[in-house]
Amino acid sequence: MGQEVKQEFWRWPETNWVNPNIDWKKGKLITAGVDVGSVSTQAVVMVDGELFAYGNTRTGSDSPNSAWNGMNFTLEKTDLKVDNIDYTIGTGYGRVNVPMAQQAITEISCHARGANFMYGPEVRTVMDMGGQDCKAINTDERGKVLNFIMNDKCAAGTGRGMEVFADLIRVPVWEIGPRSFNISKEPPMISSTCVVFAKSEVIGLLEAGTPENEIMAAYCSAMAHRIMELLNRLGVKEKFVITGGIAKNEGVVKRLEKELKIKTAERVWYNKDYRDKNIPFDTQIAGAIGAALFGNALLKMGKAKSARKA
Amino acid sequence: MIANYGFKDGSGDWYVTIDTDKCNGCGKCVEVCPAKALEVGPDEVDVFREEPVVFIKHEERKKIRYTCAPCKPGFGAASAPCVAACETKAISHSDGWKKLYQGLRR
Repeated sequence: MGQEVKQEFWRWPETNWVNPNIDWKKGKLITAGVDVGSVSTQAVVMVDGELFAYGNTRTGSDSPNSAWNGMNFTLEKTDLKVDNIDYTIGTGYGRVNVPMAQQAITEISCHARGANFMYGPEVRTVMDMGGQDCKAINTDERGKVLNFIMNDKCAAGTGRGMEVFADLIRVPVWEIGPRSFNISKEPPMISSTCVVFAKSEVIGLLEAGTPENEIMAAYCSAMAHRIMELLNRLGVKEKFVITGGIAKNEGVVKRLEKELKIKTAERVWYNKDYRDKNIPFDTQIAGAIGAALFGNALLKMGKAKSARKA
Repeated sequence: MIANYGFKDGSGDWYVTIDTDKCNGCGKCVEVCPAKALEVGPDEVDVFREEPVVFIKHEERKKIRYTCAPCKPGFGAASAPCVAACETKAISHSDGWKKLYQGLRR
């Protein structure tokens, strides 16, 4: 019997982070956003509209459980309890099934708002590359949605597609971007957009002895092309930003920029203080940040009541 | 806000577009839609909007191509019932259906 290799190449690392500069006990409004996506779950806790803690975990098969996992992972290194939070908003695919949330808001609004906070008010087009869908959003200087288009019918050009591909080619998912540039010439893109068909096409290429890096380049191009179609319908305006997991894959991002002839904004905090304090910039938390900010705004406007228990 | 509900696939663009700034939530389109694909309710994208707005029901979004096909939006002189019923001209359809039916006729 052959030796079985147990490594799972799609498995990206989970992360959490706490802001050491904030004492939540001194804060007035503590709000949280829980973004239960199809592939990953993020929870963000904000104290008076400032980032206090976040966690990025994988979604399980059960939405309430995933939400709790995300929340507990986020609060792990703090002494803050869920009962101390004034208002929690659920977003993402599992938003109606977030047990600790008082309200659910669609991820389209949350990503626009979150991108506005992370990248700054000059953001006009947000592309959220999620686990199983992609959304293109035009937004104004306050992060309000002006126009949106979503493709959630098909997983081509999404994070899950990339994970399937990583497992197939046996390369960790975060290495695909850098390695896709390690080629002698840009190969023609994978012609199928469908993940299932693309998979058989990739197997064909592997069998034909095409170098791995070239196949990665071909797949990244196909994905970039696929996103382009959505963006063309909406119209891209600068500042153009990408949120979600695929934003971390430069193989896709750079090829998209080339095809669009528009650069994406640098992945750094708009807030100078955040930059100076080296707060990690995770494109995946945009939706949860947006949700937490909505909670803060709704409480301030008197449209929501604090649900704080302790 | 321009809300595009639907999808794009290998066969074309299948979107019902609603201009929520024009929509007054009167609900006339909901009454005339034979497939009952429309609904008036709170704006789920613009959280701060007070007035109700029309949207495509969640369960219809991924099959809108087939749901809307009997009305053949954009085909021939007559508009789809929802488009015709809307006094503020807030609803429109992408050209997927138009292309499809013109293609069949040829």
